[in-house]
Amino acid sequence: MTLTLQAKIPSGPLQGKWDKHKFECKLVNPANKRKFNIIVVGTGLAGASAAASLAELGYNVRAFCFQDSARRAHSIAAQGGINAAKNYQNDGDSVYRLFYDTIKGGDYRSREANVYRLAQVSVNIIDQCVAQGVPFAREYGGTLANRSFGGAQVSRTFYARGQTGQQLLLGAYSALSRQIGLGTVAMHERHEMLDLVLVDGHARGIVTRDLVSGAIDAWAADAVVLATGGYGNVFFLSTNAQGCNVTATWRAHKKGALFANPCYTQIHPTCIPRSGDHQSKLTLMSESLRNDGRVWVPKDASDTGKKPADIAEADRDYYLERMYPSFGNLVPRDIASRAAKRMCDDGKGVGPGGLGVYLDFGDAVKRLGTEIVGERYGNLFEMYQRITDDSPYQTPMRIYPAVHYTMGGLWVDYNLMSNVQGLHVIGEANFSDHGANRLGASALMQGLADGYFVLPYTVGQYLATSNQKKLTGSESEFTTAVAATKARIGQLLAIGGKRSPSSFHKELGLLLWDKCGMGRNAAGLQQALAKIPSIREEFWGNCNVLGDGDSYNVALEKAGRVADFLEFGELMCKDALERNESCGGHFREEFQSEGGEAQRDDDNYTHVSAWQYTGDPATAVLIKEPLIFEEVHPSTRSYK
Amino acid sequence: MNLTLKVWRQKNAQAAGAFVDYAMSDVSPDMSFLEMLDGLNETLQAKGQEPVAFDHDCREGICGTCSLVINGIPHGPDRATTTCQLHMRKFKAGDVITIEPWRAAPFAVIRDLVVDRGAFERIQRRGGFVSVGTGHAPDANAMAIPKRQADLAMDAAQCIGCGACVAACKNASAMLFVGAKVSQYAHLPQGQPERFRRVLAMVEQHDAEGFGACTNYQECEAVCPKEISVRVIGEMNRDYLRAVLVGVE
Ligand SMILES: Cc1cc2nc3c(=O)[nH]c(=O)nc-3n(C[C@H](O)[C@H](O)[C@H](O)COP(=O)(O)OP(=O)(O)OC[C@H]3O[C@@H](n4cnc5c(N)ncnc54)[C@H](O)[C@@H]3O)c2cc1C
Ligand code: FES
Repeated sequence: MTLTLQAKIPSGPLQGKWDKHKFECKLVNPANKRKFNIIVVGTGLAGASAAASLAELGYNVRAFCFQDSARRAHSIAAQGGINAAKNYQNDGDSVYRLFYDTIKGGDYRSREANVYRLAQVSVNIIDQCVAQGVPFAREYGGTLANRSFGGAQVSRTFYARGQTGQQLLLGAYSALSRQIGLGTVAMHERHEMLDLVLVDGHARGIVTRDLVSGAIDAWAADAVVLATGGYGNVFFLSTNAQGCNVTATWRAHKKGALFANPCYTQIHPTCIPRSGDHQSKLTLMSESLRNDGRVWVPKDASDTGKKPADIAEADRDYYLERMYPSFGNLVPRDIASRAAKRMCDDGKGVGPGGLGVYLDFGDAVKRLGTEIVGERYGNLFEMYQRITDDSPYQTPMRIYPAVHYTMGGLWVDYNLMSNVQGLHVIGEANFSDHGANRLGASALMQGLADGYFVLPYTVGQYLATSNQKKLTGSESEFTTAVAATKARIGQLLAIGGKRSPSSFHKELGLLLWDKCGMGRNAAGLQQALAKIPSIREEFWGNCNVLGDGDSYNVALEKAGRVADFLEFGELMCKDALERNESCGGHFREEFQSEGGEAQRDDDNYTHVSAWQYTGDPATAVLIKEPLIFEEVHPSTRSYK
Repeated sequence: MNLTLKVWRQKNAQAAGAFVDYAMSDVSPDMSFLEMLDGLNETLQAKGQEPVAFDHDCREGICGTCSLVINGIPHGPDRATTTCQLHMRKFKAGDVITIEPWRAAPFAVIRDLVVDRGAFERIQRRGGFVSVGTGHAPDANAMAIPKRQADLAMDAAQCIGCGACVAACKNASAMLFVGAKVSQYAHLPQGQPERFRRVLAMVEQHDAEGFGACTNYQECEAVCPKEISVRVIGEMNRDYLRAVLVGVE
């Protein structure tokens, strides 16, 4: 059976679509709201804001996260800031400009209507956060401060020192805590969703494992919201927190939800390079550093072994400023990352293995003084020094690109509902707004837009029209799902092989980074596609998951997530192989201009690639949603 | 370098725990402390022994999940540094390193080095918020906030909720944690309407959870990875006193 995808984009002029749609959405009578149960999986920016807002509206909410507190979701780690089209700086920003920058930044692979709505509600987000007591940076006059971020020529990024994600999440968490206190949200920490339950084709509940007691439980609801974040950890080394996983979205995919654009992954240009095999994660250095830091490598490959201070100004190549004079060090992430890779491939890289470029604050310190530089970046400099033992005040940072964010995710329509009725997907977990490349400071914006301002309306439309019977969680669909989950856990514990779950994760991650990372080509992708099933086979034959299922068991948790990555990685490579073009973060080496820039193929690839599960990732079926540009004309992206 | 680890192992909350010694070889100074433990866990699993459970997630010093007492100090020897940001170059070959969970009655051990910090959640739910629903907000710049007040609020708001303050305190007091939240809102106009109600409710829950009183040892400030100052406790005490004497409105 082939599905056709209905994006449900409202008709009419772009500027009026969202207002019109909100008006046309069916409302749930206030007295009836409390009769509806909604499950929200994930309490990052997207999930916490959604759970709190839905509860405020009167729905009964049940929320889940795998950490020991909702406040510890991975959103907490975002450093740089959040965009909003407030135009407080009077520098010519507007909703339209934010919309335009996002469409262009995404390399014309996102939906116009979604992106326009995102830009519209961006302004409400800042208002909401300030009202919650989020201590954004301010000017001496008491008004909010802004900074600029890659891919934009206006200053529209709001920030709270280098901890913007933390402060925004604590804001959403405070709203959530209030609702938990009021009894409108039931919060389940240290619970991992292991399956989605469908009844009559609608998403009606989930199966979870209590990570402390090991209990497997089924939960029924009238709608399910997944806000489970991105899958960047499929690469093993990434800037994501250790627990980030694909399990919730992959399990939903296996139950019928389409996975869109899995190959769109973002490689962030400014991360601390690897120091050895022991490495468990890569640390991001906020993109905001590129506001004042200048990126360079030695002009001459033979200088790469010298100390940076011993390389004369004339012998340095400030390659971003040279190649992209109008955006300079502030080009978008995909462009900056690829340029760094090119320099290193040409033998100009610095540090161990030649895998690094300099990010130099020497000029900034001269121009602004140590104190101002410290005020802007002090905590990042300290973090850098803790890891590398070098002080960026004295010597340039060494940076290298690393996996950071995933634009791909479960396919959703304009209402943020997947093709599975009742299953809504928000935040990084969906594919919706960033096309093939996300602009800096736009993930926080999207997560909160979805959770505070979009989903609360669109869920109502579904609930008011779906007419499904009430369930208790004891129906056969639930008991079958619980039994299947228990069986799978039993299977993992029974493998009894020799290798640890992490060793498989590492093996898969290195393969993906090599073949499906910053640069991809058909031959490499085919090799990865041939190899992944054999790693998977070895996992199920030779992994060793110690301990039991009835207690806190870190090895078991890890093994379950790795098993899902081992399936998902294959779909990612398949998608990358199928997309015979380069766009945004997806760089197919066969498709580049003479100058090494990405070459899109708009005639054949102006679509969302949504994959349907068939029982084996190798035979997943591709369903295309054509992207129609009515407002912006796709052109070759230029930052020169 | 070669090291000896003395690690607290405990099957669950009911079981008795004990230290177990592990010899570690070839530890690189560039490893983080948790990467060193990852290495230990790989070795243990290869020998068919269950890995040591410890809490962690971001490994960037911001989520507040990691929580080890290292050689008697919550988060270890490095100033303003969480366990996950501590690097092995701070140790030397031959060191014996003791690793324990947070020790405080309200934080029960779940397994090995993992504890239950649910008490912090319950304190938050009593008042760690401004009661403003989604969509009720005026324009963000409608109210100017002096930079100094915003900065003081931010200094307090940096708390990562890890619980090191409790683990360091002889009285197992969580006053630094509660004070940080109270102080953040007390410095902002948005926090004023519920200011006194908030402090009463949060302190009441703090006490009900079994955390002790603050008797000014200031150990909490010394170990706080975000360097939250005991100033916030002073501010909280003043607000609390006023709330008790004058009432909440
Ligand atoms: C280091 C770093 C810095 C960043 N800086 C910025 C920035 O400056 N600006 C910006 O805009 N963006 C930034 N980003 C991106 C941004 O932080 C994320 O995209 C965004 O926060 C994701 O939010 P989310 O709510 O979708 O998911 P998350 O915050 O990842 O939350 C996921 C939630 O789902 C739960 N969960 C996951 N799986 C399961 C499961 N199976 N069962 C139960 N619960 C589950 C988790 O417990 C968690 O609560 C940064 C990202 C990183 C890695
Ligand atoms: S693991 Fe997040 S603070 Fe240490």
